[in-house]
Amino acid sequence: MIDYQNFINDKISSVKPSGIRKFFDIAVEMDNVISLSIGEPDFQTPWHIREAGIVSLERGKTWYSPNRGFIELRKAICDYYKRRFNVEYNPDSQVLVTVGGSEGIDLCLRSVVSEGDEVLIPQPAFVCYEPLTTMAGGRPVIIETRQENNFRLLPEEIEQAVTDKTKALVLPFPNNPTGAIMERGDLEKIAEVIIKHNLFVISDEIYGELTYGGKHHVSIAEIDGMKERTLVVSGFSKSYAMTGWRLGYVLGPKEIIDHITKLHQYGIMSSPTTAQYAAIEALKNGDNDVAMMRDDYDIRRRLIVGKLNEIGLTCFEPLGAFYTFPCIRSTGLSSDEFATRLVQEKRVAVVPGTAFGECGEGYVRISYAQSLKNIKTALKRIEEFVEELKSEG
Amino acid sequence: MDKLLEILRENSSFTTKELSLMLGEPEDYITAQIKEYEQTGVIKGYQAIIDFDKVPDAGVTAIIDLKVTPERETGFDSIATKIMSFEEVRTLYLMAGSYDFAVIVNGETMQDVASFVARKISCVDGVVATATHFMLKTYKLGGVSLVDEDSTDRRSMVL
Repeated sequence: MIDYQNFINDKISSVKPSGIRKFFDIAVEMDNVISLSIGEPDFQTPWHIREAGIVSLERGKTWYSPNRGFIELRKAICDYYKRRFNVEYNPDSQVLVTVGGSEGIDLCLRSVVSEGDEVLIPQPAFVCYEPLTTMAGGRPVIIETRQENNFRLLPEEIEQAVTDKTKALVLPFPNNPTGAIMERGDLEKIAEVIIKHNLFVISDEIYGELTYGGKHHVSIAEIDGMKERTLVVSGFSKSYAMTGWRLGYVLGPKEIIDHITKLHQYGIMSSPTTAQYAAIEALKNGDNDVAMMRDDYDIRRRLIVGKLNEIGLTCFEPLGAFYTFPCIRSTGLSSDEFATRLVQEKRVAVVPGTAFGECGEGYVRISYAQSLKNIKTALKRIEEFVEELKSEG
Repeated sequence: MDKLLEILRENSSFTTKELSLMLGEPEDYITAQIKEYEQTGVIKGYQAIIDFDKVPDAGVTAIIDLKVTPERETGFDSIATKIMSFEEVRTLYLMAGSYDFAVIVNGETMQDVASFVARKISCVDGVVATATHFMLKTYKLGGVSLVDEDSTDRRSMVL
C-alpha cells in the first residue's frame, strides 16, 4: 500500500477544500431549486463579442499568443483602464493577460510573497486569497470587516494587524460576498498606512464595472503614491458576462510584471487565443452591454434589498458586485442551518456567510445574477420560510 | 424607453410596492405613472404570456402576408379596419416592404385558416394577393424565451 500522504505537499495538504461543496451537492440533487447562490452573471456573453471569437476561429487563429497576450489586447486593456479608472499603464511592459482574474491573483501572491511573509486579507471575501497565500509560503492574517462600517476596510484595522513581517494587503473591492465598495476618501486613508509601513497592494477589481447608486469604482492605484506599489487584478468574467472564456489581466509596475510573466510563461504559456480576440471586441465596443447589464442588476438589487429588509433579514445596502449579504441572526439559526433548511424546505439555494470566512457567521450571500422572475419567486419563498420559523418560535 | 414600461412589458405581475423598490421611486409615483399610461392609452391592457404549444386544442396560428390596393381617400386604414374586425385576426401590422399587411390569425385547424383566407380575407375589397405561412413552433414570445432552459448549463457553483 502506498501512503499517499508521503507524496503530498505539506501545504496543499493543509489547505481545506471549500466547505460549500457538500451543501451544493444537496442542492444539485433536488428539483425545482431556484439558485441565488451563483457567482456568475446570468447573461450570456453579448453576441458581437462571441462573434469576434468565432470569426477568429474561422480565420484559423488557433495558435499560442505571445506570453503576455496579444499586443492589440494589451493596448485595448490600457486604453480601457485609462478611460474608465484614470490610471495609465504601458501596454508593452505593465500588463499581463491571464487565465481569468483567478490566475492573476495566484501569480501576484506567488510573485510577491516569500516564505514567512504575512499577507493581510479582509474577510468576508472571495475564497481563494487565504489558500493561495498559504501555497505561496505566506501567512494569511485575516482582518474582519464589519457591517457597522458597511464592510469597508478601515486604516486602523490595518494598523492593528501590521507586524514587521507584513508584506502585502489584498484589497477585494467591490466585494464578493458583501457588495461593499471603497470610496476615494476611504482609499486615501488606507494609502497613508500602506505607504507608512511600506506594503504592497493586490487590488482585486474584478467587479469594478458593477457599482450602483451613482458610485463609480475608484482604484487604489489612482491614489497618489500607490500606482507604484499596487498590482491591479481584473478581467472580463463579471463585467462582460464572459466567465467561461477564462480571461483576466494584471496591471502593475514593470519590475514586478516581468517576474509574474515568468510564472505565467512556465505554468500556462499563454492565455486562450480565441478568448483574447473576443476580449478585444469587448473592450472596444462593449460599453453599452456593460451599462445594460448594470442597469438590470441595479433593478434586481433594489428589489432584493428592499424585500429582505421588509422580511426582517436586515441587509446593508450593497453598492457593488451582484450580491446582497443579509444578516440572518434574527432567525436564531446559524448560517449553515439557514442555508441548509432553506434549500431543503423551500428550494432556494443561498450560500452561508461562513463560506467566506468565519466572520461570515450570521449572514448568507444572496446573488442577484438571476432573472427577475426567479428572484421574485425566491423572495416569496424566503418570506414564507422566515414566517414559519417565527411561528415555530 | 421608460424603465417602468420595460419591466411591465415582460412581466406585468409586479406589485406597486415591488416596482417602487426596483425603480427607487415612491409607490405613489408608480401608481400615478401607471394610471397615466392607462389613461393615455400607452398601456392598453395586461395579458399572460402563454406557450400555446403546451395547451391542448389551442389550434393553429398563421401569418398571412397581404398585398392590397390602398383606397383613394382613406389609404390603408379602412382596409385595416375591415380586416381587424374578423375575430380570427389576433394581430395586424401595416408593413414596409414587399407586402402591405401582416395578419396573424388563429384557427382550430389548418382547414379553418385556409377557408378564412379563401372566403373572408381574399374577398375584402382591395386585397390583391395573399401568402399564408403556418407557425410550427414558438421559441420566444414577447421578449420571453419559451424554450425550457437546460439546467445543466449553469450547475457550477462559483464563489
